Formats: sequence, structure tokens, C-alpha cells
Amino acid sequence: MFELYFLLIFMIIGAVIAIEIKDLLSSVIAVGAVGLGLSIVFLILKAPDVAITQLVVEILCLIILIRATLKKDLPFSTTGRWFLNTLITVLFIASFLFVSWKALRDLPEFGNPLMRVASAYLRDGLLQTGSTNIVASVILDYRAYDTLGEATVLFTAVIGVLAVARLIGRKKPEDKDVEEDGF
Amino acid sequence: MGSKSKNEQGMTLIVKTITRLTVGLILLYGIYILSHGHVSPGGGFAGGVIIALSFIHLMLAYGKEVALKRLPKGVTSFFESMGAIIFLSIALLGFTGGYFFLNFISKGEPFRLFSAGIIPILNIAISLKVGAGLFAIFVALVLLKLFPPEDD
Repeated sequence: MFELYFLLIFMIIGAVIAIEIKDLLSSVIAVGAVGLGLSIVFLILKAPDVAITQLVVEILCLIILIRATLKKDLPFSTTGRWFLNTLITVLFIASFLFVSWKALRDLPEFGNPLMRVASAYLRDGLLQTGSTNIVASVILDYRAYDTLGEATVLFTAVIGVLAVARLIGRKKPEDKDVEEDGF
Repeated sequence: MGSKSKNEQGMTLIVKTITRLTVGLILLYGIYILSHGHVSPGGGFAGGVIIALSFIHLMLAYGKEVALKRLPKGVTSFFESMGAIIFLSIALLGFTGGYFFLNFISKGEPFRLFSAGIIPILNIAISLKVGAGLFAIFVALVLLKLFPPEDD
């Protein structure tokens, strides 16, 4: 339990540094440190599948953020209304803490989850699907319909990004030879 | 980067040498993660992201031309669409035995590479989709700049 709290405090400090620091590259690296801490938390909580996915997605996001934000002058928004902003933030945090304190009391205790459906998966998963990785047997056999929906979401997201970021219709006519067809 | 000539794009010689040594290992690790997704932790999503990362590694070190020659844009969109079609056709083939997403191939022996019926095939389909899709997003977001640069 101790290392879990240590990692959580580390991640909170990293997130605060990522917000507050002025240098853009340091901020991106602080975000990467938060992601690494989250990956180790997943590993400690015995979810290696999620840990691997979190780590590789974090690396990809870090590369995209560094390539996209470095060497660009992004404007800093510093408004003078710090009193109103702080008041609204504190109000939101207080209401969020109150609602989550009310809601989280009904959940089962940490480390003792409800095992109504999951115990059936753990008991019969190997016999019914033949897969020794229970996570794979859940996401690709028992709940494959959800995975189909998730794949559709990813497909739509890729199509949307390529449609928004394409170069067709954006270029001036004289430099058309750089990228003739776009994506 | 704008002032360099065409054939010395990318990073320095040190980075290029290290990349030449490691990029194949990264690609192999991605293929291992996705093909053993039903035996050990990992799976199609993580394997696909690692495969996309190997091509992104190549593009960061050697520049845009080399990486896009290895994996052209047409091939990327072909793989992306192919993953979706394989996933959906495997799901539809389940109707031969009764219902959508039926595990109609024989289960085999546990802990073997060829086991668990349709799960490895679905892993391969997801990894094709994720790898090609994320590589295409990276190319679109980073290299085809949203706002054209003014210095070159």
C-alpha cells in the first residue's frame, strides 16, 4: 500500500509541475512522468495488460506532443482575474469532493470487488474460450461486441483527423507539387 | 531542419546508427506482443501501437522520405481498412455456427501459440487497424503541418 500512495503523490506533484511550469518541453516531460507513474501503478495492482498499453500509448503521445509543441510560440493566457478564477476552482473542487464522498461510500472496499460476473469468467474462461489470458478472452470473446464498437470509434477518429488535417484545399496553388493528393 | 538538403534529412549519424540496430527489434517485439496476446499480457492494441512506434522511430531518425518509402500512405490506408474488414468478417463468419462473434474455430490446447480459436485472428486485425491508424495520425498531425511553415 505504501508504494501506491508514494506513486500517487508523485503523480500529483508531476501534474502540478506540468501545469505550472513555463517551459513547454519541461511541461511535456512532466506529463510523461505522470504517465510512467500510472503505468507502474497498474503493474502494482496486477494489471499487466493495462500497464503495457498505458506505457506504449504514453510514449506515442509524448512523441506527438514534443514534435507538435516544440519550436512553436504558443501564447500563454494570463488573465488578471485571479480571485474569481480561484474562487470558481475551489467551489468546483469542493462540490466534486462532496459528491464523490457521498457516492464512493456505496462502493465495495478497495481490494474486495464485487465478483458476480467476473468469478464466472475466471472459472469458465479457459474452458469456454481456450485463451489463457483472461483479459483477451473477455475483450475478444465475451465482450467482442464492445471491442467492435471501440474499433469503429478508432476508425472514425482516424478518418476525422485525416479529413481535418489534410492539405487538399489548404495549399496555395503554386506549391501544389509538395503534396499532390493529401491523405 | 529546413536549411538542410534533401539527402541529409533526419538526425545525426549516431541516432541513425542506433536506429538501424534497434528498429527491427522494436518491430519484432510488437509482432511478439500481438501474436502472444491470448497467452500472455499484451494483445492487439499494445502490439499495434509498438509496430506504429517502430515506423515513427524510423521517421524521426531518417526523415519523412525513408519512412514513407517503407510504408507508403496507400499501404497505410489499405492496412487500416483491411483490419476493420477482417474483424467484421470474422464476426460475421460466426453466423455459420449460430450467432455473431461465435468462437467457431477449435480451441486447441492451452498455452500453445495456435489456440483459442478466433482470438489471435481478431488480435491481428486490431493490431493492423491500430498500427496503421496511429501511424497515419502521426504523419497527418506532425509532418503535414496544419499551418504551413513560412521559412521554407
